[in-house]
Amino acid sequence: MTPSLSPLPPRRTFADREDLLGAVMLGPALAYVILLVGVPFAFAIALGFSNATAGSLSFGWAGLDNYVAILGDPIFLRALRNSVIVTVGSQVLVVVLATAAAQVFRATFWGKRFARFVLLLPWAVPVSLAAIAWTWIFDSTFSVINWTLKAAGLLHGWLYWLGDPALALLAIIIVQAWRIFPFATVIVLAGLSSIPQEIVEAAIVDGAGFWRRLFRVELPLLLPVVAVAVLFGVVYTATDLGVVYILTGGGPANTTHVLPTLAFQRGILGADLGQGAAIAVFLLPFLIVVAIGMLRLAHRTEVGGAR
Amino acid sequence: MDLSIRDGEFLVLLGSSGSGKTTLLRMIAGLERPTSGEIHIGDLRVDGDVPPRARGIAMVFQSYALYPHRTVFQNIAFPLEASRTPRKQIEEKVRWAAEMFSISRYLDRYPRQLSGGERQRVALCRALVRDPKVFLLDEPLANLDAKLRNTARDDLKRFQRQIQTTTVYVTHDQVEAMGLGDRIVVMERGKVRQIGTPQEVYEDPVDTFVATFVGQPPMNLLDTGDPALPPRTLTGFRPEHFLPKSVFGTAEELRTFRFAVRRVEYLGSDRYVYGSVAGSGAPDATIIAKLPATIALAIPEGETHEFAVPRRALRYFDPETGLRRKG
Repeated sequence: MTPSLSPLPPRRTFADREDLLGAVMLGPALAYVILLVGVPFAFAIALGFSNATAGSLSFGWAGLDNYVAILGDPIFLRALRNSVIVTVGSQVLVVVLATAAAQVFRATFWGKRFARFVLLLPWAVPVSLAAIAWTWIFDSTFSVINWTLKAAGLLHGWLYWLGDPALALLAIIIVQAWRIFPFATVIVLAGLSSIPQEIVEAAIVDGAGFWRRLFRVELPLLLPVVAVAVLFGVVYTATDLGVVYILTGGGPANTTHVLPTLAFQRGILGADLGQGAAIAVFLLPFLIVVAIGMLRLAHRTEVGGAR
Repeated sequence: MDLSIRDGEFLVLLGSSGSGKTTLLRMIAGLERPTSGEIHIGDLRVDGDVPPRARGIAMVFQSYALYPHRTVFQNIAFPLEASRTPRKQIEEKVRWAAEMFSISRYLDRYPRQLSGGERQRVALCRALVRDPKVFLLDEPLANLDAKLRNTARDDLKRFQRQIQTTTVYVTHDQVEAMGLGDRIVVMERGKVRQIGTPQEVYEDPVDTFVATFVGQPPMNLLDTGDPALPPRTLTGFRPEHFLPKSVFGTAEELRTFRFAVRRVEYLGSDRYVYGSVAGSGAPDATIIAKLPATIALAIPEGETHEFAVPRRALRYFDPETGLRRKG
């Protein structure tokens, strides 16, 4: 027998076996994702092709019937349109607000820590709670916005925020933007701090003013980061149920539904599981295309990436 | 400090890190504000509210700070666009500058596709097209490899002679400072120690700091205890003046030393001889002699030799203040 040279065990222990260790440590997370995201997701896709209803266990193959039905449904088409408007509208707002806020937070000023804490609040507040607060802001009688405008002499009539389809959609966009923009600001701020200080100074010395620096130097360099922020925002907004459900419930007269609320109404409240699933799944291919596009853009414009 | 830069001059700010040379440059550029004092460029006082763009300066950064998302052409054109130069004129100017630095071939490339030397030339082009009154260069050669640095230094000097624009150049490299500067400003901890031509700074340092900072290896300093000098005087001499006594002619007036050689370093063109001088105030202080290869004399280690310095090459300093003493 060869004498042992070290007090360490001569064989590989479990901790040495990175292949096994990795698999074991990833296992729980993988199981969680598969069971709680993957299975319902696959189930939803399957339901979309069925005539299943809530309250019965029958599962009949319906082919594309559900999709044909919703594509012929004006309420669905309106919801689809609303989804696009809300998502695009809120993200445009988010990009502008987040870029502006990031510029502010880059400067050093008194009370910056507190301001940053306040900034992050909308992101930390539960959606339902925030949406309820917003229903008060948009209330038909007590709306702070209306009373403020009135007191400032800027408003002569009265705005029925959640009663008018167009205004209700605008209200939804505002709340969605308000909810996402703190997160986007943090991302943009991180992106800004990754721009070398010397490049910004070179632009200053080269005679570029604030706007030229912003649009010709900083924003192009920020593009990959902003793309990621927008991607998150698009996914969060397009799949969000809470804000619309609490603010308008899809009303007035089904004019402000977005796909998630309509899917909930049809599938759960209306018990037509098949159609609800079809509506919910409908957006998926579009989101995938958007995601791939955004990530490619981010990669392509990344400094040092292939162009 | 009080520093005036002559028109068309190539002025080098030389100092170790933390000496304030870059801060001074950034204050001239307007990237930092002086807490007190005045800065004038030409007839214009700029230390107050004059923004960098109105100062008529162009700056080259150590990292070159090229815009990574813009092509070489767009990089060079950027300051012209910022000053709303007509498109046609931009085109002409960029091509002229690119021609001057022979980077015309790279105009359509992105900075990441260029080598360090090419990037440095793009950065110079971008500075050149603005027709600045002053060039501010912050260690523009520091990121180049040693071989390239020599040619770049030569190019830079030639280019500055050609366009005759006042240049302020920051470096910690004394070889660059000596080679490039019309005058050198030696700085230490925010203070100017000496302003002079490379020759003045090297041959007539005003204090022990400049004497030991400029020159490689640095000037030897020792208290010789020479009765002919006022008591407590540091004698300084350059290593290249400290040679075996036998190599000097008889006409030369010499100061001789007993040099105990510890070690000889063979460096090809030179030999560095390390040792100490017996009978001096600090017998352990290391004294260095730099013998050119033309002196073939054998210098065995561990023995004591007769070395000498010409009297005219001796410099005297006050050990308390470090300041130069005449004599």
